[in-house]
Amino acid sequence: MVEFLYGIEVVINGLMAGVMYSLVALGFVLIFKASGIFNYAQGVMALFAAMTLVGVQEGQVPFAHLINSVFGTQYHHFGWHINALVAIAIAALMMLLFAYLVERYILKHLVNQEPIILFMATIGLAYFMEGFGDLMWGSNIKTLDVGIPQGGNFWIEEKTAFLGGEDFYGFYLDTLDIYATVIAFILVSTLVLFSQYTKTGRALRAVADDHQAALSVGISLRRIWVIVWSIAGIVALVAGIMWGSKSGVQFSLSLIALKALPVLMLGGFTSIPGAIIGGLLIGIGEKLFEFMIGAPFLGGATENWFAYMLALVFLVFRPQGLFGEKIIERV
Amino acid sequence: MLYRESGDFKVSYPADQQTFPIRFDRLAFWITLAVAFFVVPFFINDYWANAVLIPFLIYGVAAIGLNILTGYCGQVSLGSGGFMAVGAYTCYKMMTAFPDLNLAFCILAGGVTTAIVGIMFGLPSLRIKGFYLAVVTLAAQFFLVWMFNKVPWFYNYSASGMITSPERTMFGHAISGANATPAATYLFCLTFLVLLGFLGRNLTRGSVGRKWMAIRDMDIAAEIIGVNPLMAKITAFGVSSFYVGVAGAMIFSVYLGAVEVTEAFGIQKSFLLLFMIIIGGLGSIFGSLVGAAFMVMMPVLLKNIMVNSFGWATDIAAHFEFIIIGGLIVFFLIVEPHGLAQLWRIIKEKMRLWPFPH
Repeated sequence: MVEFLYGIEVVINGLMAGVMYSLVALGFVLIFKASGIFNYAQGVMALFAAMTLVGVQEGQVPFAHLINSVFGTQYHHFGWHINALVAIAIAALMMLLFAYLVERYILKHLVNQEPIILFMATIGLAYFMEGFGDLMWGSNIKTLDVGIPQGGNFWIEEKTAFLGGEDFYGFYLDTLDIYATVIAFILVSTLVLFSQYTKTGRALRAVADDHQAALSVGISLRRIWVIVWSIAGIVALVAGIMWGSKSGVQFSLSLIALKALPVLMLGGFTSIPGAIIGGLLIGIGEKLFEFMIGAPFLGGATENWFAYMLALVFLVFRPQGLFGEKIIERV
Repeated sequence: MLYRESGDFKVSYPADQQTFPIRFDRLAFWITLAVAFFVVPFFINDYWANAVLIPFLIYGVAAIGLNILTGYCGQVSLGSGGFMAVGAYTCYKMMTAFPDLNLAFCILAGGVTTAIVGIMFGLPSLRIKGFYLAVVTLAAQFFLVWMFNKVPWFYNYSASGMITSPERTMFGHAISGANATPAATYLFCLTFLVLLGFLGRNLTRGSVGRKWMAIRDMDIAAEIIGVNPLMAKITAFGVSSFYVGVAGAMIFSVYLGAVEVTEAFGIQKSFLLLFMIIIGGLGSIFGSLVGAAFMVMMPVLLKNIMVNSFGWATDIAAHFEFIIIGGLIVFFLIVEPHGLAQLWRIIKEKMRLWPFPH
């Protein structure tokens, strides 16, 4: 009985982790639908957004390290602390500026290239951003605190303790994960409403459907791309805040992009609900696998590869993912 | 003036298909080889060998391997780091299990094992294509690295989890271990690169290579005209993994000497190899080598300029390195998506007409 309850706890925690994966995957899907670009830089965007947020909040001097070593000065902090909400707004503005610059200096020049070339370009962009972010804000591990409570949720633990008797202390859930779930839900609803009921949203869907047809009815592709990259930047900021609060703002944050890839594989590249469900499946799958097979029999840390293996096995049977459009090949 | 094809008559099809159709190129090639084999070993020192030449030669082999798969057969792989690890660990097991066996055979054994593993991970490529395949190869990357970390048999139950290369000799000279001289290791790596480069060039222009390219250009059309996609993809994965495995074995045994798997063969290695072939030129053996040279030398150069000349801290230099590598990749993709090899082709075309263009 207790074993079973622990199993349920693992599933719930898997769901929460899955929400986090979905948040990153969402950014991928948005960009892929609108521009056919597989944006590897999404993870680094999350990292960069979180770094900017911490930097602004703490009043760090940008490029302090570089300035100090070139001019021999000793600047580090402006000496102020900014309210979390204001800092988030500034970080969001940075992501909008970033979206504009990416369109202006990279995408514009790569129109009509093969997808693989565009993919490589985003890998280059990811490297650039990584170096740039570190240069701007320093590469040390930072703690991000925007006022979201963390740690185990005692209320849920107390209320569920009666289920299992003596040995069972109730479900352990991280409050942060619960907040993340709620925020993810709000974010997805907003996105859906935005794309269904606004003019820009309609334009976005038109571009996703057919680039040329959208152009022919007077939709500016370049404007749409800036908008899409901005939205993806905001999504990255939200993901960055969540992951950053959970495990600190550090380099490994950019690797969550890699974790989001199998999520996309399962869900299909072009489907927003797919990204959510894929994320949840992977989250539950890897936690359960680790709990039932990985930790007892294989020596643990199977979370590193389980998601990819699941995607591999799954794709062999269904090459376009769960919700992806059917792949039709013609000569 | 010198770069002319006039007077260079071809009287048979094989002669017409040769790798260097222009006499000047042939000459330049043989002279480069002669210099590399007979001059460089006498002037080589530790710094040049370890910082530039040996990594270039080894990554050259790996880049040719990845280029066969990605550039010639069109299957993007992000698992090269993991495949390198297979080569390295096989080589290590062979070296420790059979102490009398020649190092060259251990390295080749590493290549063969990697080829088998590569074929296994390549099988899904029949159904999974494009990006989907790229992500699936990540499964190989993470699974293999995890396996070499978790199964102690692979690193002979050593306490640190690292594998260390014992000393092995060839023709009386140490090529691995502490006593290896730079000249000996350099010649060893150079021989491997030349032989594998020769093999690669001839595979890619023969019927096997033409089948790979047909699959790359349009797999369904290729299937209709009679190319067996199973055989083409499997051979591409096999040959490519063989090269990558050999390179991994050499990195471990000859270049680094001691290896920790997550650090030496992590996902960063896969990307590094990918950058080499993009910057060098997809679908070109020469491009693979140029790309490898570029990616090996640029960090050294940048570090020299920024740390030694400007006196900046090393971490700033490292950040700038990321910025410059990223920027250059984007720049190359925008200006010349076919890489340095294509630039070289354009220069050669211009040189043919120089100094009297039309």
